[in-house]
Amino acid sequence: MKYEAPVGKTIFDDAKIVGKSTRRIDGPLKTSGMAPYAYERHDVASGQVYGYIVGSAIAKGRIASMDLEEARSAPGVLAVIAATETDPLGSSNFNTAPLFGGPEITHYHQAIACVVAETFEQARAAAALIRTTYDRDEGEYSLSRTVEQAASDTSKIVSENVVRNGDFESAFAAAAVQIDQTYTTPDESHAMMEPFATIAAWEGDKLTLWTSNQMIAWGRAAMASILRMPKENIRLDSPYLGGGFGGKLWVRVDAVLAALAAKAAGRPVKIMMQRALTYNNATHRHATIQRVRIGADKNGKIAAIAHECWSGNLTGGMDENGAAQTRALYAGPDNLTASYLTELDLPEANAMRAPGEAPGHLAIEVAMDELAEQLGMDPIELRILNEPETLPSNPSIKFSDRHLVECLRVGAESFGWANRKSRPGTVREGRWMVGMGVAAGYRGALIMKSGARVSIDARGKISVETDMTDIGTGSYTIIAQTAAECMGVALEDVSVDLGDSRSPVSAGSGGQWGAASSTAGVYAACVELRRMVTEKFGYDPETASFADGMVRDANVVRALSEAGPLSAEDTMTYGDFQKEYDMGTYASHFAEVAVDAYTGEVRIRRMLAVCDAGRILNPLTARSQVIGAMVMAAGAALTEELAVDKRFGFFVNHDMAGYEVPVHADIGQQSVIFLDTLDGVIAPLKAKGVGELGICGPGAAIANAIYNATGVRVRDYPITVDKLIAEMPDVA
Amino acid sequence: MSDWNLSVTRRGLLTSSAAVLSIAPAIRARAASQSSAGATTLPVTFEVNGQERMLRLDPRTTLLDALREHLKLTGTKKGCDHGQCGACTVIVNGERINSCLSLAVQHAGDQVTTIEGLGTPDDLHPLQEAFIEHDGYQCGYCTPGQICSAVAMLGEIERGIPSHVTGDLSKAVSATNMEVRERMSGNICRCGAYSNIAAAIADVAEG
Repeated sequence: MKYEAPVGKTIFDDAKIVGKSTRRIDGPLKTSGMAPYAYERHDVASGQVYGYIVGSAIAKGRIASMDLEEARSAPGVLAVIAATETDPLGSSNFNTAPLFGGPEITHYHQAIACVVAETFEQARAAAALIRTTYDRDEGEYSLSRTVEQAASDTSKIVSENVVRNGDFESAFAAAAVQIDQTYTTPDESHAMMEPFATIAAWEGDKLTLWTSNQMIAWGRAAMASILRMPKENIRLDSPYLGGGFGGKLWVRVDAVLAALAAKAAGRPVKIMMQRALTYNNATHRHATIQRVRIGADKNGKIAAIAHECWSGNLTGGMDENGAAQTRALYAGPDNLTASYLTELDLPEANAMRAPGEAPGHLAIEVAMDELAEQLGMDPIELRILNEPETLPSNPSIKFSDRHLVECLRVGAESFGWANRKSRPGTVREGRWMVGMGVAAGYRGALIMKSGARVSIDARGKISVETDMTDIGTGSYTIIAQTAAECMGVALEDVSVDLGDSRSPVSAGSGGQWGAASSTAGVYAACVELRRMVTEKFGYDPETASFADGMVRDANVVRALSEAGPLSAEDTMTYGDFQKEYDMGTYASHFAEVAVDAYTGEVRIRRMLAVCDAGRILNPLTARSQVIGAMVMAAGAALTEELAVDKRFGFFVNHDMAGYEVPVHADIGQQSVIFLDTLDGVIAPLKAKGVGELGICGPGAAIANAIYNATGVRVRDYPITVDKLIAEMPDVA
Repeated sequence: MSDWNLSVTRRGLLTSSAAVLSIAPAIRARAASQSSAGATTLPVTFEVNGQERMLRLDPRTTLLDALREHLKLTGTKKGCDHGQCGACTVIVNGERINSCLSLAVQHAGDQVTTIEGLGTPDDLHPLQEAFIEHDGYQCGYCTPGQICSAVAMLGEIERGIPSHVTGDLSKAVSATNMEVRERMSGNICRCGAYSNIAAAIADVAEG
């Protein structure tokens, strides 16, 4: 089915199941420990043995020698796969650095060997017996240095993405009020709870990978390319993922090594990447340096706005475009948004939840707060005053459906914004300095083609099969809701099978496109199945209705079960009409913090997000997506930073104690309000994603609240005590 | 239960470890001449979810891997294997522990409760039910650890054990929001379901 034009009224506008808060259908399995994650498939491939990964101890250079003898003769060892003995593997479009390195090493903890043994303990012990020597090269590990060099040597910029509208420089120079500030954000880690894990088994030339992957079709294509085999001979199965956040968009070396090791050992092999390897072996979010310049008149009307972002990556890698949201957020006829990429020899940087926009908001939304203060204006009124009619970076593009102003107004009312004191450092409760902050949020609403197969059995039960994944987002439940609604059955009568590459190719989970895209694919398959049912019954497909397990047409009624078994498959695709629109999701984010006047410790007391993201398919799970994103944003604002060793080129704090993500005690009261909006441009369900919208803005709201509480503006994230306390007012 | 286990003293273990080190090449040679699986194993017996289980384990096997790999009780999760994330939390003799931080052979005679022992999809524990109702999870990977931790944590409050945030040590401790959040902070949820987890625990704590 092709979506060719914005839709009018649909069955979802009178929905009984879609749009209603619904408990996860996978909840009983997850809470009882029965949901099978990748490493836990004792039910498949008998005779599984264990693989253990060895990572490079240098960041750049080559392996001089590897002594494998001791490892090979260690108890229980079945095979040792080493970089020095393995022909180079194929590459894929989905990875920048080779997943299995050697002899050249392109980043720290790049995999260089894998030991397979009967038990995990034996594999681990034997891996420690491999002796590797290296020829280490010097590398470039400092983003601030490459950016400094790029100022005079443009060859240091390896790619750029620049969008201009009008003449920013002249308009900025002429502006009565100017902001020109630079913000820095650190490298961050996805740090999902389940490390990368795969069980691989061969049957002849056919390979099955039980793995943890967000994008099944991409993963299958990548494995085919890396192993130089037809993708038809590869099956991926990933029904449950212990989180991904972009880190599992791509297959990682656990899958590659499990496949190689299973072949070498002649046994199914299971590998879970050791937690300590994940930070340097796999991808991370790029650090950024962002310069924001805003020129406004004395009333706060923005005339010129520029947001430029610098990041670094391995040769051939992509950038972190922190300026992305600034193309859509505020009116300003003369604008410039740009992302510049330099080269670093750190591990590969790649997509993490709201790539670009998540760190981008930490700059632009603080700059707006700084502008408001300079103008003596309320920061909400400043934003409302500069609400654009069309896309500021390309005024010929319309917004599909945008209610950012309403988000700000509803949020202000609900949060009690009127009680905020605009002069910083004026609210004191005992030892605590208290402040409030606000930020706007924008994240693109992407939509991807997505397929599904929907079947009715002889009992009238519905089953849905699609290679869509549920990474905690609630895909199982919204897909079941969609199928139940379309086929007129109860939610309990729908079963959902996800993550298997034998099923139709879906949009997968990424870029907050999953919910809108995958449900549209299920809808397309259901429309086809309904047509087949009416044809079988001799009903008019235009007038037949499906409800309560029955199919009605004029005066005739038959049970849906009478049509089974019957199966339909379809894929939803999209027409070019969407190019006329900027499809986005919008939010206002609020935070109240208390800062210890003596120690500089920041406590988040309250957070609120007001979201405009089209139809909310399942308010219960959508709210969870948003509060979870707010937690991750709190981490980005206050604690999360991969510390770079700039001498040897690696992330030092590569474990869950050193890389500090928020814990229970860090998070106060959280509220979410969904505006009841519908976006008919994006897809038939009129829904958009929220999972990344939720991380776009809360960090800036926290930073602005800290400023409001203390009068200290820290522009170098995370806002840790050491940076804050030096500037804090005297206590006495 | 193995008498051998009980007779091991710390001093004895250290001495024998040193001995093992000095004869390591000999052991390797022997292992290599045996079957490829020739691992040294020790017997251990403990109770898991009310059932006595006897295992012969490589002494390096953690309680976590004994549960996941040997007893195939995969509800207990491996998140970090370093005691940093809490995903592997189980209840041993009524106390919550990180099962990745203790060796299985240390648990001879112990009573271990895992998520599978708390409830099943058809017969859920009240906390499992509350997690579903409040959506106290997303990816679900930290969830068994959160639930096991919460069950034991409520027991700690009931026994009057204070925490870092307990205001008045002379009064009975109660399961306030801050007490619960403080005490649950060893269980990381990267999906960020903390508010919903707190709501689920509050439901059960209030009865």
